Amino acid sequence: MLELKNISFRVEDADIRKDILQHIDLTIEERFVAITGPNGGGKSTLAKVIAGIIKPSEGRILLDGEDITDLSITERAHRGISFAFQQPVRFKGITVHDLLSLAGGKNMSVSEACAYLSEVGLCAKDYINREVNASLSGGELKRIEIATVMVRGTRLSVFDEPEAGIDLWSFNNLIQVFENMHKKEGGSILIISHQERILNIADKIVVVAGGRITDVGTPDTILPTLLNASGTCSALTDKLAGGAVK
Amino acid sequence: MNSIEQKLLAEIADLHEVPEGAYNIRQNGEAAGRRSTANIEIIPKTDKPGIDIRIKPNTRNESVHIPVVLSETGLTDLVYNDFFIGENCDVTIVAGCGIHNCGDQRSEHSGIHAFYVGKNARVRYVEKHYAEGDGNGERVMNPTTVVELEEGASMELETTQIKGVDSTKRVTRATVAAGASLVIREKLMTHGNQFAETDFTVDLNGEDSSANVISRAVAKGNSKQDFLSRVNGNNRCAGHTECDAIIMDNACVRAIPEITANHLDASLIHEAAIGKIAGEQLIKLMTLGLTEQEAEEQIVNGFLK
Repeated sequence: MLELKNISFRVEDADIRKDILQHIDLTIEERFVAITGPNGGGKSTLAKVIAGIIKPSEGRILLDGEDITDLSITERAHRGISFAFQQPVRFKGITVHDLLSLAGGKNMSVSEACAYLSEVGLCAKDYINREVNASLSGGELKRIEIATVMVRGTRLSVFDEPEAGIDLWSFNNLIQVFENMHKKEGGSILIISHQERILNIADKIVVVAGGRITDVGTPDTILPTLLNASGTCSALTDKLAGGAVK
Repeated sequence: MNSIEQKLLAEIADLHEVPEGAYNIRQNGEAAGRRSTANIEIIPKTDKPGIDIRIKPNTRNESVHIPVVLSETGLTDLVYNDFFIGENCDVTIVAGCGIHNCGDQRSEHSGIHAFYVGKNARVRYVEKHYAEGDGNGERVMNPTTVVELEEGASMELETTQIKGVDSTKRVTRATVAAGASLVIREKLMTHGNQFAETDFTVDLNGEDSSANVISRAVAKGNSKQDFLSRVNGNNRCAGHTECDAIIMDNACVRAIPEITANHLDASLIHEAAIGKIAGEQLIKLMTLGLTEQEAEEQIVNGFLK
């Protein structure tokens, strides 16, 4: 169980102070929690605070009762937090196989790597020896990024907008990956998403806007309010009103 | 050969025993073992130190190993090795130099290698430089490589210096005839107060000749690197030169890619990038459970792999 207690994050530059997150209280104990809300609302910052990439200005973070607020990224990874970047990082010279092995903490066999890659819709023999560099497309990098998190199989996996930057056709296939992850027993998944199909399979939806949590509930209660909301989340409203990707 | 020399041999040429095929092992300035084969003849020079390696035309899938080890302090070793590779050959040549210097005097090896590659021959040349030893004596290597590719020939030159060499000047001069191609891959890592200078010149003289010069370098500590790569397009040809370097600590890297088109149909590209390890690369590996230092090692190892 992950608990965020009164988390705030602000940046100060000269005389300008900007509150990115304000007094966030959130408990994640469900298997699949989705965070949604308008762009610039603080969702990605919140995910980075959980992974330890950003240190909050105030508040505490507890993982299964242990205060992890002051732990580093590495220590949190060891405690069981994984993080999939919105924009996956590229590495010259590090192959897909290397990266999966680093994620698994051991030299992974080709057949093991194959199992994970096929879960995210990639054929191992085409990818295993490829470098994780600019020669891979955005969609391919995204899948590999998701695979590195799956390999770790930790108690909390955080995905920051897995749909961002990939084409609709690719995302349609990617949704199945999350549906499968949801079906399997394992740790909790925290996913930042604007996609109705992702929000639909969540056990809980958290709406973040203007650095605050504006709503929390099940898809049945939250989705209609998102569709009908005015002002708070126009981008999402338009997207959902225009019909989800089928 | 003692255990230190055996270790050097394993490090530079991956040799744990006497290699298959032709070989010449040079130890502290003298020949320590030599074998010619039916197709590959190794002949000591009479006018200066070094050997001639003559490979008969049409020799295929054979290899030559010519490693050099220096374990005595204060030794200056200069050697000339000339390779005459016949037409239509397909061979692998493994060279390399390992220095172990425990003393306070400078140990130096200068290997001057010339490759005369016949028509339509293919050569893969692998060269590794490595030095060790806890003495104060400098460990210096100055390799010079001369390549002449005849029509339709191709050569892949992999040159690696990963550790321990205090000072190096690496000079390569190549001429490429019609339809011939040259690929140079350099991997370089410097640390401490080391200095490394790379100086490549490739003349693309023949029609449809090509060259691809790729250098990946990591400079740590207070080390300094100078990289100069010149590709001259003197005919209808394709040339590409690329230097990619990571700097760490207080290191300094200077990269000067130079391309000259002396012909209207010469197509030449140069790329050079120098920078520190991207913070997001470190963060990604840390989210996988690596410490910052482990992440840095993985990034550097991958980059130089």
